[in-house]
Amino acid sequence: MNEVLTTCPYCGCGCNFYLIADRDGEITGVIPSREHPVSQGKLCVKGWNVHEFVNSPDRLSRPLIKESGTLQEATWDEALKKTAAKLQEIIKKYGPDAVGFFSSAKCTNEENFLFAKFARAVVGTNNIDHCARL
Amino acid sequence: MTNSIADIADAKVILVIGSNTTEQHPVIGSKIIEAVEHGAKLIVIDPRRIPLANFADIYLQPKVGTNVAWLNGLAHVIIEENICDHDFIADRTENYRELVKMVKKYTPQYVQDITGIPADDLVRAARLYANSDRAMMFYCMGITQFTSGTDNVRTCANLAMLTGNLGKPGTGVNPLRGQNNVQGACDMGALPNVLTGYQRLEDKEARHRFEQVWQVELPAKTGLSLTEMISNAAEGKLKCLYIMGENPLISDPDLNHVREAFEKLELLIVQDIFLTETASMADIVLPGACFAEKDGTFTNTERRVQRVRQAALPKGSAREDWRIISALACKMGYLMGYESPEEIMEEISVLTPIYRGITYHRLDKKGIQWPCPHEAHPGTKYLHKNKFSSGKGKFHAVDYKKPVELPDKEYPFLLTTGRTAYQFHTATMTKRVAVLLREDPDGFIEINAEDAKAIGVREGWPVEVSSSRGRVICRVSITDSLPQGTVFMPFHFAESAANLLTNSAVDPVAKIPEYKVCAVRIRGVD
Ligand code: SF4
Repeated sequence: MNEVLTTCPYCGCGCNFYLIADRDGEITGVIPSREHPVSQGKLCVKGWNVHEFVNSPDRLSRPLIKESGTLQEATWDEALKKTAAKLQEIIKKYGPDAVGFFSSAKCTNEENFLFAKFARAVVGTNNIDHCARL
Repeated sequence: MTNSIADIADAKVILVIGSNTTEQHPVIGSKIIEAVEHGAKLIVIDPRRIPLANFADIYLQPKVGTNVAWLNGLAHVIIEENICDHDFIADRTENYRELVKMVKKYTPQYVQDITGIPADDLVRAARLYANSDRAMMFYCMGITQFTSGTDNVRTCANLAMLTGNLGKPGTGVNPLRGQNNVQGACDMGALPNVLTGYQRLEDKEARHRFEQVWQVELPAKTGLSLTEMISNAAEGKLKCLYIMGENPLISDPDLNHVREAFEKLELLIVQDIFLTETASMADIVLPGACFAEKDGTFTNTERRVQRVRQAALPKGSAREDWRIISALACKMGYLMGYESPEEIMEEISVLTPIYRGITYHRLDKKGIQWPCPHEAHPGTKYLHKNKFSSGKGKFHAVDYKKPVELPDKEYPFLLTTGRTAYQFHTATMTKRVAVLLREDPDGFIEINAEDAKAIGVREGWPVEVSSSRGRVICRVSITDSLPQGTVFMPFHFAESAANLLTNSAVDPVAKIPEYKVCAVRIRGVD
């Protein structure tokens, strides 16, 4: 059994809890954190049941590429190569401002930072936003 | 939030506007109820009679979309009765005269005519809020999701400044952030006009610092907002969208328009943890990792930067999003050689004054509230202590404007949208949790009993709801929390997506769509 302190992925309260992982590394439950300044040992029903979606059989586990209308499994190398090549083609043909980025209020700060860096430094556009307004 | 969640216990008066707190921010909601049990006074202002209204000393039920009118009305009463904080106004604010002029006509009677709030109740609420030296204001999407959203936010700030309820514990203007890391995504510059920590793109020096660290010249022109990107795609000007962890095909207004726009793209890249409605349309889908499978940080609504820690491995060959972005950058010839999220945070703190003192080591079990300007700084519990970051606090004199689309003969009901207690946003995660799905299995429309009778439908019956943009079928839920003529739908459900109906008209400054008001027609179906 392994207990890992982390932050709830749902609302802006930012409750903390321990995720319980069993020996196979499967997450099996949640324990609130008493010491945490916001949650103080409490959680709402969404937080208590957070582990369930993590283990959903519907989770994506491989890259997919659309071939003649349907999404087919691919390797990372194929998917990344294809993404890079297509992006470069579009930038070359229409300029960087023909590309847009929707970043995520669900992802971490570090990932949002990198995504914005990718848009601005790698592609060269400020067309980046996320669902703050939605 | 200017203040902290813990301040709720210190507040003598709590004002909640356009936030269904007990359902959308349950742990904050329960702290508000606790404060009330310990003697704090509660004012709730919301077009829906939300559960928190049952705990309120004063509950006001304005018509949807009339926020500026009653906010100006509260300011009118506070000025007229001379219960403002004159020292605060003199020392810390500007433009007071303009505000006085503007709110002159917003007498309680005038406000009653626009909003439906009884004049006496408005006066009572104004007195209760203004006469307290520790009044804490909360608001949420019921303030921002309007074409007048920026005006609403400004008039909220007016009230706090008029009464000096700012810059000390137990007070403040406290927007509640809906998503776990909206605050952080904004802080990190995932916005078209700012770099990290709200450093403006026009600021040459700021841009130069980034250029030095990133070793590349950066574009200076403000980019397109999310809603603008969609309309540009529809017009064929935007050719590619790269979407990470969002599902605009449920969450954005006027979904038919969004789908058409996406169909025109030459390349749609979606990085997500499920095959969402949006991912199904993509040319390339990159499988990311969920919060439990990676390290990093989230920043909550009170600006608390907190650790996210890996408890399990990503599924199959899925990867953490930061690894995917880095690998793609390298493929495109730009080296991103990060070994861990901690290394990325080091770069963030170098480039971001408000995060400068933040390290993983310091965050530990409780996190730190920004601004945190250096490594010995304890973080900031409340903002604007002795002065505003921009110098003086400016009063904004704004006039009430009607929402863009109001009911008419053809579409006689006013539809407002939101979330339920058990589902979350586009339900990608929550519809996969059994207890949550049991509580809220599918889409519904809340209708007042009188309206239901007039339409000829009963509890649980199916109805067709249509606006000029689209139509959906869902079941009726009779409620006494809404006045006649106003109906409510949650937007979570793909099968009866409320956003097929909503209007994509946006606020001119903040570009927030008017999710909270559109006109619909309702009829029974077999
Ligand atoms: S446990 Fe509930 S209240 Fe706490 S952050 Fe998660 S969703 Fe919000």
